[in-house]
Amino acid sequence: MSLNRRTFLKGTAATAGAAILPNILSAAGDTIKLGSVLDTSGGFDAYGKPMEMALRLAVSEINEAGGLLGKQVEVVAYDTQSDMALYSQYGQQLTREDKVDVVHGGILSASREAIRQTMRKTNTPFFYNVLYEGGVCDRNIFINGVTPAQQAAALVPYAMEKTGKKVYILAADYNYGQITARWIQKFVEENGGEVVGVDFFALDVSDFGSTIAKVQTAAPDLVIAPLVGGAHLSFFRQWAAAGMKDRIGLASTTMGVGNEHKVLTAEEGNGIMVAYNYSQELDTPANNAFKESWSAAYGDSSAIHELAVSHYQGIKTWAAAVALAGSMDRDALINAMESGLSIEGPAGNLSVDPQTHHAVLDVHLMEIENQGMRVIETLPQQQPIDTQSVCDLQANPDDNTQYEIEI
Amino acid sequence: MDLSAVIFIEILYAVASLIMISAGLAVVFGMMKVINLAHGEFMMMGGYTTITAVNLGVNVFVAMLIIAPLIVGLIGLVVERLVIRHLYGRLIDTMLATWGLSLFFIGIVTMIFGNTTTGISTPIPGFTVGNYQINGYNFFIILVAIALVILLYAVLKGTRAGLIARGTMQRPDMAASLGYSPDRIYMATFFCGSALSGLAGAVLAPLVGLVPTSGAAYIAKAFITVIAGGPSLIAGLVSSSTVFGIISQTFSFAVSPVMGEVALLVAAVVLLRLLPQGVTGKFFKGKL
Repeated sequence: MSLNRRTFLKGTAATAGAAILPNILSAAGDTIKLGSVLDTSGGFDAYGKPMEMALRLAVSEINEAGGLLGKQVEVVAYDTQSDMALYSQYGQQLTREDKVDVVHGGILSASREAIRQTMRKTNTPFFYNVLYEGGVCDRNIFINGVTPAQQAAALVPYAMEKTGKKVYILAADYNYGQITARWIQKFVEENGGEVVGVDFFALDVSDFGSTIAKVQTAAPDLVIAPLVGGAHLSFFRQWAAAGMKDRIGLASTTMGVGNEHKVLTAEEGNGIMVAYNYSQELDTPANNAFKESWSAAYGDSSAIHELAVSHYQGIKTWAAAVALAGSMDRDALINAMESGLSIEGPAGNLSVDPQTHHAVLDVHLMEIENQGMRVIETLPQQQPIDTQSVCDLQANPDDNTQYEIEI
Repeated sequence: MDLSAVIFIEILYAVASLIMISAGLAVVFGMMKVINLAHGEFMMMGGYTTITAVNLGVNVFVAMLIIAPLIVGLIGLVVERLVIRHLYGRLIDTMLATWGLSLFFIGIVTMIFGNTTTGISTPIPGFTVGNYQINGYNFFIILVAIALVILLYAVLKGTRAGLIARGTMQRPDMAASLGYSPDRIYMATFFCGSALSGLAGAVLAPLVGLVPTSGAAYIAKAFITVIAGGPSLIAGLVSSSTVFGIISQTFSFAVSPVMGEVALLVAAVVLLRLLPQGVTGKFFKGKL
């Protein structure tokens, strides 16, 4: 990649300038406008800031390579400040005032649902590039994060084989945690195991002392923890402090998505089993090149995390679809996306599932080791079977629901 | 047997942590009648002070027990001089002002440390009770809480400064006529209250993942404990912490952690319905 810091800065300066004055530039009409809504300040900025960096990087690479359809891509970005109300406002702004050609963004499931209908009504293709609880079925949206079935299907058998058949689940108490816990339960039972306990925790719970004692009463071989956010990080710390790490195995579907494993010390984090689409430790030419261009743009590559890579891959997938479609027409774009399109991203090959508009992607089984994620096994091209079981956009293109999955 | 020992220790720990969380507020709100909505942020800053000091190479116990209370106490002193002293006796106004302060502190800590989770690991290894492993750090928190209660009692009951402070809180005009400056005494008391909040935040820091908004998780529990405790500072603090600690842990074990939190709130509502003046409005009357 021929990107260096100077050209990158030029690119970002131009796009940042453009973002400030979207209306002036739109008069020219010779650019493709990519709308972005991300929380780059406030409570979720640990997720949002690297995603924004990934967006700028992807766009500057596209523009370096000559743009799309002979036009430069221009970013119109809004910071939603971790405030769900601003999503609706900026969603309207992007589609009705700025009239962007595509929107990439949204982090929490609540933010996605806040703008999804606006995008649908205004025929603006919408890309939600984040790991989430699955089940969204809408022809206008494309989702490339891993869903619980993709993660749990890989993680549960591996962790059970390594530890044992009795599993205890500790999950965050909102739709992501509840749905993921159900999937974990299903896969534990399919693997001949037994769930000996399930507990849910409100997002502000930070004292897990009684829980750790309770888990020991049930004497499981393995604890699986889809816990979310800063307060829940306390669990991993208290688990290690109680000396439980060497007695009962620990796996998680969320630990490390926002680089949390870099906050824990090596002794606290070592050995936690996870499964994601991306790891900084992936030693592939695509990932090495990605890390290099990220470093060239931002100094070092330590900020890269799962969601940033998802976002980068989402934008690259969109760019590939635009090139294939040969026009900015929405239906042409959707047809191109549904044509079995695939790209080679930093996390491996990623292809679009035409039936659900979700992604078929590699899932890597990893263990946390010295504040990094060591890849143990790669499960290539996992299908989003949870959403596939309820959603078929080919048969039913007018569907517009988020299905709650029954197990 | 092992399990009951573990549960007993967990209950003691829950009581101790409630005492830690509420002690600073008990001094500022219970004694001075200042509704300090920034109490949680004082604790959060205690945590950040500890983490920063430890990262700079200071011994973790020195950082927790000395540096954090001192720094947060000094921040409290500045706050008292600039804001609080103009608002004594104006309950609603102090609420608004301290709420603003809490937002300010969250903002400034976010600017300095960023909005990401930080933390240090616990300095004490795990501990085995029969078939169970428990967090050795629990014992440290229990010890600190006991020491804190004894120290508070000794200072307020046994020293001249404590006597003057208590007298000033009851009748500032009388204290002034005896030659003591209520202004100075309020200032010193607020410093102590803030330092206690800082200590609590510091001691709890190794157990949690700290973010600038962490304070919000403590503030409700602290107010519930102090209000349910009633007019007596120490007896109220200890009695309501004990009641709530036992109830929340019992329900956490028996049902689920969510029910533990629910039980704590229900207990608080019932308690205040039965004893509107708090526990010490009825029992231990006139005790410190």
